[in-house]
Amino acid sequence: MIPLSHADWTDAMPKDFVSDKLARRRLRHVKERIIEFILFLAASVSVATTLGIVLILLKESFVFFRIVSLWDFLTDTQWTPLFADAHYGIMPLLSGTLVSSAVALLVAIPLGTIIAIYLSEFAPFSVREVAKPFLELLGGIPTIVYGYFALMFVTPLLQKIIPGLPGFNLLSAGLVMGIMIIPYVSSVSEDAMRAVPMALREGSYAMGATRFQTATRVVTPAAFSGIAAAYILGISRAVGETMILAVAAGMQPNLTWNPLEPAATITAYIVQVALGDLPHGSIGYQTIFAAGLTLALLTLFFNVLGHLLRKRYRQVY
Amino acid sequence: MSDTAVRVQEIRALIAAHKRWDIVFGIVGLLALMVGVLTFAVLFIQMVIDGAPRLSWDFFTSFPSRRPGQAGILSAWVGSTLVMLVTAMVAVPLGVGAGVYLEEYAPKNWMTDLIEINVSNLAGVPSIVYGLLALSLFVYQFGFGQSILTAGLTLALLILPVVIVATREAIRSIPGAIREGAYALGATKWQTTSDHILPYARGGILTGVIIGMSRAIGETAPVITIGALTFIAFLPPAPVSSEFPYLSFEWIMSPFTVMPIQMFNWTSRPEAAFQHNAAAAGLVLVVMTLSMNALAIYLRYRLRKNLKW
Amino acid sequence: MVSTAAPEISAAAAAEPAPVKKAESKSLSFYYGDFQALKNISMPIYDKKVTALIGPSGCGKSTYLRCFNRMHDLYPGNRYDGQIMLYPDNTNLLNPAVDPIEVRMRISMVFQKPNPFPKSIYENVAYGLRVRGERKRAILDEKVEEALRGAALWDEVKDRLHELAFNLSGGQQQRLCIARALATDPEILLFDEPTSALDPIATASIEQLLADLKEKLTILIVTHNMQQAARVSDYTAYMYLGELIEFGVTDTIFIKPRNKQTEDYITGRFG
Repeated sequence: MIPLSHADWTDAMPKDFVSDKLARRRLRHVKERIIEFILFLAASVSVATTLGIVLILLKESFVFFRIVSLWDFLTDTQWTPLFADAHYGIMPLLSGTLVSSAVALLVAIPLGTIIAIYLSEFAPFSVREVAKPFLELLGGIPTIVYGYFALMFVTPLLQKIIPGLPGFNLLSAGLVMGIMIIPYVSSVSEDAMRAVPMALREGSYAMGATRFQTATRVVTPAAFSGIAAAYILGISRAVGETMILAVAAGMQPNLTWNPLEPAATITAYIVQVALGDLPHGSIGYQTIFAAGLTLALLTLFFNVLGHLLRKRYRQVY
Repeated sequence: MSDTAVRVQEIRALIAAHKRWDIVFGIVGLLALMVGVLTFAVLFIQMVIDGAPRLSWDFFTSFPSRRPGQAGILSAWVGSTLVMLVTAMVAVPLGVGAGVYLEEYAPKNWMTDLIEINVSNLAGVPSIVYGLLALSLFVYQFGFGQSILTAGLTLALLILPVVIVATREAIRSIPGAIREGAYALGATKWQTTSDHILPYARGGILTGVIIGMSRAIGETAPVITIGALTFIAFLPPAPVSSEFPYLSFEWIMSPFTVMPIQMFNWTSRPEAAFQHNAAAAGLVLVVMTLSMNALAIYLRYRLRKNLKW
Repeated sequence: MVSTAAPEISAAAAAEPAPVKKAESKSLSFYYGDFQALKNISMPIYDKKVTALIGPSGCGKSTYLRCFNRMHDLYPGNRYDGQIMLYPDNTNLLNPAVDPIEVRMRISMVFQKPNPFPKSIYENVAYGLRVRGERKRAILDEKVEEALRGAALWDEVKDRLHELAFNLSGGQQQRLCIARALATDPEILLFDEPTSALDPIATASIEQLLADLKEKLTILIVTHNMQQAARVSDYTAYMYLGELIEFGVTDTIFIKPRNKQTEDYITGRFG
């Protein structure tokens, strides 16, 4: 075959062949842009969700706060929106949430951290290979099942140790919730520790440090910001957990700091209202959004706190 | 004794003292792990003891009833299945699309940063808050009511971050050389993505979807919040019929209940007989979520083993 | 092909008082799983001298160095064969009964890339002392200053001891790592290509430091840089494919190597 020069080549082509090719290329370009736009829309759904959450909580709470003053909401010590003598003090729900979360974190943070350090620095390969998926399974159990376990097993057990413990109590729910949160704390912490470069560990071992010294003095501080993120995740889980508390801690608002008492949390209250038949637009209906807003702000508060703590710590040491 | 010998003596004493902590922590770590193992074992055994006697064919084919001995989970498992169907149909395309966009298409700008921060923050939002969003937006604003559609959409939003993160990780593990190879043959971005990136990332995406779905199937709080009923003694209209037009989407707007709600309902009854029903439903739920999770873990394990770029 | 020259008979060494052995590897072999990385290496390490290990990459020089403080014990599947004797107490470092921590407390190491801990400058240097249980502030202060002076870093950092070590330059970080190793008075200091990540000026300061340090301790250094070996070391070992090809007084090795292969490598014809 004789090689054609460029000019020959274009001349040799029929006119409509070239324009056909150009048209197809343009079409292809348009198609590519459309696909990109569709994918972009899919990605922006997450932003829309956040915006939706913020707007709806604010909008519905705004209706609520037109009737109930913010001062009453924050200072009233009773929460009885569904009674004839209605009070709208968030404190009782807040105390239930904070006490149960504190109990849960007292279980989850130490155990989760110890497990993370153990798996990352101590455990033989075989133990780690079995333990990690197992913990993941533990975190995958539906919380309603944990709730049943707290109510039907842990509470009767605790009643044998603590006589007079009521059937609904924050302690039992908090303990079980703590166990439920362990996998979240341990897996995120462990990931952070594994991300610490081997060179740092070698540096420590080369100085004659033991495993324990290397783990506590070098690896843990180096992974601190990741571990802090794990704690924040644990706190968020605890504060936002619903079913364990609705089942095992009761739904009675109770301003108490005593984990041995029954008390409703913010989340349990929302469930209680949703189970009933409140008309859309009534003050009772609006209360769950005010409660939800409080919950969201609480979570936000802990997240911001964690963020600041991490920033601060990084500078100091 | 020479200096060196003294020094070695000191060092040995020191090591003996310090090494004790290694041993102590080794034991403490193992004990901490055992707390998890033991809790799980007790929980599972308790469920089996309480619930296993109730598990029978009738339990799966009966509606809930006032008489605990005759109550079953028919409406609950049918409801769960249909809700999951909607959730998967919404969450998978959206999540995979978002993941592909963020990994392959997104320019480096503030919008992309915003989306990324959003995805990670959404994962920390309490699930009940999604319920509130859905209650106001889907149930009332959009007028979907307390339907399977509303529940499916709510749970889809809830598991979206899981699917997005899994998709991104799966895509990120594909080496750039694969992309370059496709581009070098004149493929467009979308051709590269759909012919190469997505098929190779399939395993990782599937793992993420399964984990997300297993979470959705056990979620109770947001579904209660949108006002799902706790006692339902009928099934939604069948999606397939023998008459024209054969397919029906009426079910999507039907009231429903789901497994975890059925269990919650029975748990909150005072009679012991209902507690046994709750345990039986819980057992079904646990076996379902555990097998889904186990499948995901197995898939990931196999992927990691086979994947050698 | 092993022709380990006994340095005692070399002319240069004969002029000085006979060197004292600080350590010695005897028929040392090392395996990563099934792969034999070191083959039967016997070689003395002389007290208060600098011994350089050279050879093309993959020759096993770093592997050999890391045997001296049992770094390989950190990873599963590694196996030693043979002995490393430490004098004057005649301890076999590789003896399973000897705790690797004991070895590391006597023999310290500086790595290829500076690896300061995410702590302050002060705490980095004090780390080895704290690991040994030292709590007294006065002693810590004194030792930290001494070590930083020893690493020629004191003047540069004395006003910011409590700043994060990451804020230092690469060369300063490496000197900090040297100070960290010095603070616990090691008998031998191992250097694994300590200047490969540094610029020429920082390299020069580390080399100067090596010359000062050998007054007090024994140094074993791996280097990929032949000029560096020639500049800083008293003895040089040339390794290839896990074997020791030639060992001798540095001047002899560089001027008149006995082995053709060593000569090819040193003159740059190969490697």
